[in-house]
Parts: sequence; structure tokens; C-alpha cells
Amino acid sequence: MIPHLHAKARLQRDEVRGREVLLYPEGLVGLNPTGAEILALCDGARSLADIVATLERRYGASGLERDVTAFLDGLAAKGLVVYGP
Amino acid sequence: MDPRPLWLLAELTYKCPLQCPYCSNPLDFAGPRFRRELATDEWCRVFREAKALGVLQLGLSGGEPTLRPDLEELVRTAHGLGLYTSLITSAYRLTRERLAGLKAAGLDHVQISIQGADAELSDEIAGTASYRDKIAAYHYTRELGFPLTVNVVLHRRNLHQVEALIRLAESLGAERIELANTQFYGWALHNRNALMPTKGQLAAAWQVVERERARLGTKLEIVWVLPDYHEQFPKPCMGGWARAYMTVTPAGEVWPCHAAGRITTLTFENVRDHPLDWIWEHSEAFNRFRGDAWMPEPCRSCPRKAQDFGGCRCQAFLVAGDADATDPVCSLSPHRHLIDAAVAQVERAARGERQPEEWTYRAAPASRALATKG
Repeated sequence: MIPHLHAKARLQRDEVRGREVLLYPEGLVGLNPTGAEILALCDGARSLADIVATLERRYGASGLERDVTAFLDGLAAKGLVVYGP
Repeated sequence: MDPRPLWLLAELTYKCPLQCPYCSNPLDFAGPRFRRELATDEWCRVFREAKALGVLQLGLSGGEPTLRPDLEELVRTAHGLGLYTSLITSAYRLTRERLAGLKAAGLDHVQISIQGADAELSDEIAGTASYRDKIAAYHYTRELGFPLTVNVVLHRRNLHQVEALIRLAESLGAERIELANTQFYGWALHNRNALMPTKGQLAAAWQVVERERARLGTKLEIVWVLPDYHEQFPKPCMGGWARAYMTVTPAGEVWPCHAAGRITTLTFENVRDHPLDWIWEHSEAFNRFRGDAWMPEPCRSCPRKAQDFGGCRCQAFLVAGDADATDPVCSLSPHRHLIDAAVAQVERAARGERQPEEWTYRAAPASRALATKG
């Protein structure tokens, strides 16, 4: 399962508020640093398992799959993230 | 400084080849107040100032924004700033080449209006033969890879077509369809008796929306803008006065929403005289209804005031004659009877007890005549 951003959505730095945002037609989602990091890894090449492994390596943590999946599923429910083959 | 704006609606021109009787533009759009349009470099400065102020979403609207020959340059500037840029157009005579040029300039999203589900009704409501251009432009938009919003303003004459309109948007591969029940400002208020739907029409259309939402899921987002005259509580207009939105008119006046210019008891500043951040932070008009200290009863002690912000200031001014009043749409407002009377007259017309009224098309000669009349 390879998650990627829907074509209508764009990641953008919001300098004024010091955060990343996901912009889409008539809306936006403010991201915390972790959310921004997850989306930056959704490059259309990495699978969900790769993304989780990368984050777990980066933070020396384990068991992140559930949080990452919940975050991406939330955006998928809004049509902003799409799961590819 | 808090809050900061997220949205800027740039009304690039009030010229428009369409003549929709529900237009939200000012009745006096053809008058002297809006005559001297901002130049390219002035708009680019506005976009830079807006971005620095916190704006992330930019709507390029009008009138008809594609009438501006510098649209590509404006889009390029906005894109360079990182603004998510939407074109809000009638698509009249909009070619594939023009859209491709706008795509290359960095345009993010296209919203194209339609007035009805078939050429006959759509062209009649628009007052200009435009349906064919719209259908062609919907296809170009999809071919070029833009996300597409189909926008329909709903009223008594087209509410029966809601299902056909959703099916049309679905067949086009649109991302969203905005079913925007007419909000009564500008030309829509002038034509209120001709546009007001019946309760029965609204109930039937809402049933269709619920059914189609369940069928379509995330495949097509169906936005239903509430018909506020038929609601019990007011809309949280613009998320509160001067909290997240600003509109810049073709001649550079800055308003907290696209209807606010009609509030004659306020003075609005111009981007030609002040930087945008000063207008947002310090102008009298923007500060006038921030927070809740201005609120009268029944809003002041109402638990809903943090939810609906007292409703719409423009509606209070236009219907109750007092911009400080509770939105007359609220069932607790002492002016609610004015809303009920407007709703009741259409029910009488539907029962054949009175003649249905004709509308006035939005056009420059009518605008000048109305401006003279005051």
C-alpha cells in the first residue's frame, strides 16, 4: 500500500504561523511537525511499511504503525491522501 | 497580532458577460466607486502583503476575472508566493489555450459556475448564452489536470435540478460541487421575491443531497450552503467578522467579506492608501465587530455567540437597518418577522395567491439606474 497526496492537495510552509499546512480547494489542514514529516515521506514510492520503518529508525522508536495509519486514514477520509497499489 | 487572515478574495473586475440575477456584487458595481481598477503591480503588491499577513488561500474572482488580460501574470505572482490559487469563473469564452497558460503559471484549482443542468435553463438564468462554453471548459479543466469545482447558486427556478446537477458534476469527474443556496445580498437581495425557494423545494433538494452523498462518498464532495432564511439560527458568517477573511474589490477597497461594502455606516480603507496589514489590524471597519463586546441582546448573553458570532452583520444592516443588531435570521431576533414575511410571500405565490415576481438581470445599465435611485 503506497500512500500519496491527492493531486488537488499541496504541502506548503506557513511561515507566519511557523508550521506546515496542507492546502486544497477551499480548505487547509494545519500540520504538527510529525504530521508534516509523515506527509513528506508520502512520495509515491515508499509503502506504508517503509514510511513507518523510516520514522521508527529516525526516532529509535517502535510501534508507530497505528499512529501513522490513523493520521493518513484521517486525511484519506477527506480525499486528501490516496492509497495506491 | 491575532487573528490573522487565511483567505483573500480578490475581485479583479466587476465586468461580467453573464447577468445572473443572484449576483453577490454590489448593485452599484458599474458606478464611480468601483471604476478605477487596480493595476497589475498594485494587485501583486496586495498578494505579497496578504502572504506576509498570513493568507494561504487566494480566490481570483469578479465579475469575470478572465476579462483581465494580466490574469496569467497575477497567477504567476501568487504561485511564486506559495498561495493556493483558485480561479472562480463563468468560463464564458474560456479556451483550452488560456487554461493551459494559467496551468503553466501555477494556478491550483478551477471553479466554474453553471446556472442550470441544461442549456435552456442555464442560459436563461445567466441571461447570456454560456452553457456550451461551460461544458467545454469543464472538460479542458479535467484534461489539464486541474481539480474542478462545479458551482451552482440555487433558487426557486433551479432547485428541482439538484439531482441532474450532481450527476453532471459526477460525469465530468469534478472534485466538488457547491450547491449554494442563494444568500440575499447585492442583486440577490434586490431580486429576493423572484429567487426565494419554497420550503417544499428545499426539503426535496436536501433529500437528494443526503442520498447522493451516501452514494458518492469521497468521489464527489457535495457542499450544501444552507438557505439561512429557512434556518432557526444564523450562519457563523465568515467564521466571525474580520477573523479569517478579507475581500479586495476591483478598485482596491478592503472589506471583511464580499458584501460588507453595503454597510453605509462603516468607512472602508483602500490598498492605495494603506498597506494591507494596517487595514487588517487598525482600520475602524475591521475592528468594529471583532470579539463580542459590540453585541446587543439577545446575543450578549446567548450561549451560541461563540458558535455563530451573532450571525451576519451585512444581513443585520440590510434587513434590520442596523449593523449592530442580531442577525434577523435568528429565531431570537426581534426582527425575525421580517425574514418570516419574505419567506411567507413565496409560499403565497406558490399557492397561486399572488403573482410570482420577475427578476432584474445584473447588468451595467440596471446598475447605473439603481445607483441613481440610491
